[in-house]
This record gives sequence, C-alpha cells and structure tokens, in this order.
Amino acid sequence: MIKLIDLHKSFGKQKVLVGIDLQIEEAKTTVIIGRSGGGKSVLLKHIIGLLRPDRGQVLVDGTDIAKLGDRDLNEIRKKFGMLFQEAALFDSMTVGENVAFPLREHTRMKEKEIRETVADRLRSVGLTGVEEKMPSELSGGMRKRVGLARAIAMRPQIVLFDEPTTGLDPVMTEAINRLIIDTQKKFNFTCVVISHDIQSIFEIGDRIAMLYEGKIIEYGTPEELRASRNPVTVQFLSGSIDGPIRIM
Amino acid sequence: MNRVSGALDRLGRAVLENVEEMGKILLLFISVLAWMFRPPLKLRNIFKQMEFVGVKSIFVVVLTGTFTGMVMALQGYHGFRMFSAESLVGGTVALGMTRELGPVLTSLMVTARAGSAMAAELGTMRVTEQIDALYVMAANPVKHLIVPRVIAGVLMAPMLTVVSDFVGILGGYFVGVHILGINSGIFIKNITRLVELNDIYNGLVKAACFGLILSLIGCYKGFNTRGGAEGVGRATTEAVVLASITILISDYFLTAIMF
Repeated sequence: MIKLIDLHKSFGKQKVLVGIDLQIEEAKTTVIIGRSGGGKSVLLKHIIGLLRPDRGQVLVDGTDIAKLGDRDLNEIRKKFGMLFQEAALFDSMTVGENVAFPLREHTRMKEKEIRETVADRLRSVGLTGVEEKMPSELSGGMRKRVGLARAIAMRPQIVLFDEPTTGLDPVMTEAINRLIIDTQKKFNFTCVVISHDIQSIFEIGDRIAMLYEGKIIEYGTPEELRASRNPVTVQFLSGSIDGPIRIM
Repeated sequence: MNRVSGALDRLGRAVLENVEEMGKILLLFISVLAWMFRPPLKLRNIFKQMEFVGVKSIFVVVLTGTFTGMVMALQGYHGFRMFSAESLVGGTVALGMTRELGPVLTSLMVTARAGSAMAAELGTMRVTEQIDALYVMAANPVKHLIVPRVIAGVLMAPMLTVVSDFVGILGGYFVGVHILGINSGIFIKNITRLVELNDIYNGLVKAACFGLILSLIGCYKGFNTRGGAEGVGRATTEAVVLASITILISDYFLTAIMF
C-alpha cells in the first residue's frame, strides 16, 4: 500500500506540492486529476523515488522511501512498473529487447523463458510479432502498448501511468483505457494514473483524487466526485472557464 | 563603481559555476570508477560503444592523420632546406605525429564525431524520460550508459592514435620521398634514430587521457541536459567546446610532465 503524508516539494521559489496527504488503496485504480503543470507528474515521481520530497513521507508497504539509499530504493522499485507519457522506450533496442530489459536485469531467466515472457506480455497488450521492430517504427498507440508490456514484464505489484492517453485519438484513447482496465484485472496490481482526460478518469478510476494548488482537495469514488459541490472540482470536471480556477 | 562591482559579480559567478561543474564532472568520474568494477560487466554495451567510437572513426582519423603527416613533411622540407638538413624531415614528422599531433588531432576528431554523439544521445534519452525509465526499472544509468562509453573512449583513443601515427608517417614518407625526392633510406633511418619507444608510449598515454576527457564530458553534458530539443543542441555544443578546450589545455600539462 502507498501512503503519502504531508508531502512538500518546491523548485526554487515555486512551491509545487504543499502538504499532500493521500492513501492509495491496494489492487484498485486511483486516478490523480488536476490541471496541466499542476504537479501531478511531480507527485507521481515522488511515489517511485525519482524525486525526493523537501518534507513529508512516502510510505510503500510501510517503508519511507524518501529516506532510503540507492540500493534499498532499487529493491522497492522492483515492486513497481511505470508507463511514461511518451512510453520512454529505449531507441537503441528492439521492442523485444525493451520488454526483456527488466527480466534480463533482475532475473536469472534463460533466453527461451525470456522470449516466452516477452511474447506473453506483448500478447497481453494486444501485440504479436513485433519483437524485432524498432520503437521508431511504431505508432504512438503501439509505443504506449509496448511501454505497458515493459512495465508489467516483472509482474509488479504497483503500476504507475503518466498521462496514458495524452496525444492519442479518441479510438486509441478508448483502446488504452480498456487495456489499463483489462491488464489491471488480469495482473491484479495497484494502479495509479495521472490524467486530465475527464472521459478516461470516470472509465478507469475506482478512486479519484483531485490535486489543486499543491494539495489533494477532494478524494472519493467517481460517483462521489460527480456529486461534489466543491467549486474547483465542479469547474474542472465541467471544463468551464468560469470559476475559482485561474486561467493563466 | 556600480559597473565594476557588477562585472566582478558576474566574473565571480562564472568562476563559481565552472568550479561547481568541474566538481560534478569529478564526482561523475568517481561514480564511473565505482560502477566499472561492479559485476555484471555489460560487455555487449562496451563492445557496441567501442565499435562506435573506434571502428567508425577510423576513416576520419586516417584522413586527418595522412594529410597532417603530408603537410608536416612539406612544411618541414622548406624549413630544413634552408640549412641543407632535408634529411631530418622523416624524423620530425614521426616525432611530431607520435608525441603531439597523433593524440591531439585524433582526440579532437573523436570529440567532434563521438563525444558530440554521446552528448546528443544521452541528452535525448534524458528529455524523452528514457533515463528516468532506467531508474524506475532499478537499473543504474551510470553503469548502463556512461561506463561503456568511458571505457570505449579510454581504449579506442590510443588505438586510433596508433592508426593516426602510422598513416601520418606514411603520408610524410609519400610527400618526402616520392614528391620532394628525399632518399628513402635516410628518411626511414632518421625516424628510427630520433623517435624512441617512449615518445610513442607517452603519446598513447596522452590519447587515453584525452579519451577519458572527451567521453566523460560528452556523457556529463548529455546526462544533465534540460529543456527539450534546444537543450540537447546546447548540451552537444557545450560538450564539444568544453572537451576540445580541456584536451588542449591538459595536453600542455601532460607534455610538461612526460617529456
């Protein structure tokens, strides 16, 4: 289970997170929503230790990862998978090598086993026979699928998604949403998604947290969020330009 | 008065920034040393980088080495002819190539070709979050990306220098003997008389140092890239400029120590 307690982070004079308290439930999909540039990615990077907080705790299964050294942090990271916004596939490797990377790095699997696992993970995301392709030969949607296959290669307990549907057409957005739901059910991992795509949020989220001005101002089920009377949440979900959210 | 203090302020900041950067490069070097000997060795990555830095630089190194040797013979001939000492051309070309021009020119060419590519490649990996992806997968980027490049730089720069020395002397021989008419036997005799094994050896040690400088700076600049495509371009330019300057300055000090 992941628990964020009183998390603060500033870059220079700019305060990005100012006291985040959030508990992410196990084997559920939690979507963190908020404005572009509002600190969602920063929050996600804290969960996996890519950034360290100025103050506060990031508890993963009871361990405060903000205080861990590199070696211990790497052990914790093995519980995680992450799909980056642009998939972050290694350009110099084939699709197969990309998906096999964590397996080669952290397991003693034989080559035959690795090939089978890679094919299985690629099948899970709806791809077959693409192992020898280079990432540059793939479309945006396919790259994200391969990124997801790589993220779930080690059967992680927690998978983080950084804006998984940004930049995709509506059909591909729906396909990726379905894929997140299906793979979450199949592998039963804890899922943390950051997004500002309203349609996707309600489709995939079991819990939704609204991040605004560095704080979680609302947390609940999709139904609870829909029924919210918080003016910020109401304005964000309706996409209206009138309301307390300042447009800069 | 204000203008003076403003200028001093800027100068002070620039000095501090440079000292800080040198410190960070040194820390990266220590980190590279620490990861270099930690198994498993990524031999495939190392050989891939050696091919990129070494094998793929041969053409440009041969070209620059040959023409440098040729022009040295030409210039030397006109100078030595004033003292009727044309026979010294061979030895001079060989000494110049092995001690100085071989290692320095080779390293500058490798900086332009491979050092810039290191900065651009790592910079692109940084801005497209591929380096973050390595961290997320509990894989250390220094071990995966920087160690193979630094090993390739340190090993391949001396090897390319050997090639450069050889073709440079060959180019000098061609111009000296076949174009300017110096006696072939005298040309070669003067090479063996003037050049000692130590000259070649020290030249290669210099090349290894330059290989370390160009790969370390290329990787450092790329690894610390910020700000999209513009940032990658800036990192690449800075890597080439800083590595070239550092190579030329350190060449003086290495020469002062060695010869």
